[in-house]
Amino acid sequence: METNVLQAEALFIKDEPYYEPVGAEIKIFDAAYQNGLPVLLKGPTGCGKTRFMEYMAWRLKRPLVTVSCHDDLTASDLVGRYLITAGNTVWIDGPLARAVRTGAICYLDEVVEARKDTTVVIHPLADDRRVLPIEKTGELLRAGPEFCMTISYNPGYQSVLKDLKQSTRQRFVAIEFDYPNAELEKKIVMHESQLDESLAGKLVKFAGMTRNLRGSGLEEGASTRLLVHAGKLISAGIEPRHACRAACSEALTDDPEMLNAVNELSASLF
Amino acid sequence: MSNAPFTFSELEAQLNDTLELVLSTDRTTSDIANTLKDLTREQQEFVMKWSIVSSRSNAELAYQFVENSASAFRKMSMDDVHNWLIQAMDVYDRQGLYQAASVLRKVDKFSQAARGKTNSISFEEVAGVLEKFICGLSGRDLKLEAGDIFFTDTKRLFLPGVITRFKKQSDNYSLYKSMATQLWAQTWYGTFHINPVTELDQFERRDRALQLFCYLETIRLTHCIKRDLPGLHREMLALHDQSETPKLGPDWLTWIKKLEASKATVGDTYDAVTALYNLNKKIPESFYYQPLLNPEVVVAVMAERINEEKNALQHALNDMSGEFRSAKAEDDEPEELEFKVERHDDENEASGFRYELTADDEPVAPPIDVKNLLESIFQDLGEIPPEYLVAAGDGGYRPGGSESNNSCKPGDADVIYYNEWDYRRQQYRKNWCWLKEKDVHPNHEPFVEQTVKKHYGLIMNIRKTFEALRGEDRLLKRQTNGDDIDLNAVVEAHADMLHGMEMSDRLFTRPSRLERNIAVMFMVDMSGSTKGWINDAEREALVLLCEALEVLGDRYAIYGFSGLTRTRCEIYRVKKFDEPYSNDVRNRITGISPKDYTRMGVTIRHLSKLLNEVEARTKLLITLSDGKPDDFDGYRGEYGIEDTRQALIEAKHLGIHPFCITIDNEAHEYLPHMYGPVNYVLLNDVKKLPLKIADIYRQLTH
Repeated sequence: METNVLQAEALFIKDEPYYEPVGAEIKIFDAAYQNGLPVLLKGPTGCGKTRFMEYMAWRLKRPLVTVSCHDDLTASDLVGRYLITAGNTVWIDGPLARAVRTGAICYLDEVVEARKDTTVVIHPLADDRRVLPIEKTGELLRAGPEFCMTISYNPGYQSVLKDLKQSTRQRFVAIEFDYPNAELEKKIVMHESQLDESLAGKLVKFAGMTRNLRGSGLEEGASTRLLVHAGKLISAGIEPRHACRAACSEALTDDPEMLNAVNELSASLF
Repeated sequence: MSNAPFTFSELEAQLNDTLELVLSTDRTTSDIANTLKDLTREQQEFVMKWSIVSSRSNAELAYQFVENSASAFRKMSMDDVHNWLIQAMDVYDRQGLYQAASVLRKVDKFSQAARGKTNSISFEEVAGVLEKFICGLSGRDLKLEAGDIFFTDTKRLFLPGVITRFKKQSDNYSLYKSMATQLWAQTWYGTFHINPVTELDQFERRDRALQLFCYLETIRLTHCIKRDLPGLHREMLALHDQSETPKLGPDWLTWIKKLEASKATVGDTYDAVTALYNLNKKIPESFYYQPLLNPEVVVAVMAERINEEKNALQHALNDMSGEFRSAKAEDDEPEELEFKVERHDDENEASGFRYELTADDEPVAPPIDVKNLLESIFQDLGEIPPEYLVAAGDGGYRPGGSESNNSCKPGDADVIYYNEWDYRRQQYRKNWCWLKEKDVHPNHEPFVEQTVKKHYGLIMNIRKTFEALRGEDRLLKRQTNGDDIDLNAVVEAHADMLHGMEMSDRLFTRPSRLERNIAVMFMVDMSGSTKGWINDAEREALVLLCEALEVLGDRYAIYGFSGLTRTRCEIYRVKKFDEPYSNDVRNRITGISPKDYTRMGVTIRHLSKLLNEVEARTKLLITLSDGKPDDFDGYRGEYGIEDTRQALIEAKHLGIHPFCITIDNEAHEYLPHMYGPVNYVLLNDVKKLPLKIADIYRQLTH
């Protein structure tokens, strides 16, 4: 069974992840953590929420348990279940229970994607009780001071069916993320993709242009993550226009007219 | 069905029916019928069909079309004739009947252009991409239009209707792009920071000065483009090689060098104009991407906008100072706050600049609308004059005024009263709006059938995607009975049993369709401004939606709205929730026609009430609109927006999700405030409404 159970040590982040603070998010998270408050990260895709979590886990020297939520995620996927081996049953902790036991930081990514009944499981953990009842074993796991519950959520989705319930959201300290400002974004792109300053600057300018189109046909502008992808392609010797096309334009939209316009924008810069 | 052409008398009878409105004793259809009788049956049917369509916009337009159609068919293929008519209808929507008729009369010109199509590229082909391209470049929203003169009035960019200059189509496309960018550059790099009228009036030979200015300013702007958009500049140069470069004397070169310095402003261009004007030498031939300039138009448009924005900024600052003070809890502070703004060059910002607003030397973060105003004012003036930063008093207009006689009477049994929100008073006006529900007058034209036929492929496609959505076959786990065994459940049950616990009987999986418990209400703008293609697009969109929703099984209702003053608000029933999509409904959709004004608040309140009576887990209120709330008696501007917003907040309290689909290009300025930043969609092109609406709905309820 050992192979299936990741040891908590394996989830420690050993090397410092690269993270550039945008505002007071590190301080707020620190304070929330010290006070045992759960945290909600809001923000568009690719703006650094997950990287922030890795960084905080490293900083607080706690293991990080990440669960990417999907619409088939059940409560027992989170909490755990009995399995059978050689006629005996063995209880296997789910990621949430494991995080509580080891005092890890549990990060539920894109929590709105999970079924609504699933999100209710985290409620007792996310208020001052800080407990996780495991019905099957009759256990009541009490979270230690090191445990931290974190969820992320993208408020930009235009779907009425995927919204976070008030009863869930009102348990969390919320930190809002947005794309970093241009100077910082340039620095991030340079660091992550080893580009020189002028090329990175152009990429950031290109991202700004696509963000101008948000709401005029594009759902989202190019995220910092897409810029880093484009940067890496350029560093690998791909011509900038082609890199932008492959890493950004095609990822942003399928509408041929919009695709054309976005490509024209990148072509006008490089 | 016979394939023989219509006879003279058949044609005449049909035309008399269609064109009845514009015929008289002097003007009959017999001449036209005479020209049409030699066409093939297919061509004749085409003419008849489109004369009916165009007569819906305007009967005279239809007359002009029919009159010229025989000669058009002699010169062009059916596709080109179709394009010719579509172009005329576009022109009619934008510029009115006179211009449209002139397009229809110029059959020759159009047919020549159609023949030269191999290398030519038309405005319609590039407008979509270029508009997005310009929008991406930053600055205020600019609208692209086809026009006879290549210039900008700082609000719209006018480009030629078709370009045939180069042999290769791709080069002609590049030229379009360069031209649009030049016009954008005029608005972005401050060509109009100095009033061109006063400046150019100083010259005796104003034409020469203007020509010189255009030439030199293009050089300056081209250099700006080279600096900021090097890729595009390379493309412009590539085109340049194909034309001739003029040889210039040393005087010219000195000045051109000055204009190519990165700090050069429009002031330097005027200096150059003054210096070179006196040299009395021939002005070099203009660049192929060199725009013309119409100083008077620019100054007039700018003055109007600047005035509006000044007022808007002052009001916004007034609101901000209120918030600022209450935040500091110094209500007794008597003096006005002193606002200052500084603009810092910031090469890395998308717009190239960063704005810092301070109130009494304390930095404040400007809300997004104030930031946009500041940007736009800077774009026009190159600075924010101090008087713009004085917060306005609490004055302003008061709604109210004349009331029509044509209104409901308070005693009428079927009148429903609704409150209206007055944001100035921060309270409701009691029973302010008088609303009546009416039926749309059914129209028996085969509009729905035609739409279904026209969009046959699209409808099949929509059906398929929506079927997939409906048939979201999910495997229901842990069922008491089903087709297959749920292994997870069995393992758990087994484990439970071994532990001595009771074994669950829920051990099966069963595929099942997820029930979509959605009720959706469509609120359709029937105001006068929707006349013409917008109305057609709305109706087509509704037809496609009904087709889609019938597949999906979501409950839906359709209501139109219009009105004239608060005492005559009208809601038109098209389809009620419990009504099937019957022929009556189809005829009522066909019968949707433009009426008066757009009083949105009362409509939202009424429809929310109806929606609230329906049992559903998710309730949606989708508005199809073409502009801001607007009514005759002062229900416009902030008053209308705030009342609509309040009505939407009330709807949200009832558990209704409001959403808006609009084609108003200025929607970004007010819709986020009314509906919330993610609860609306802006379509740039009304023609896309029918194509997109099903998609939007699918995304919304996925």
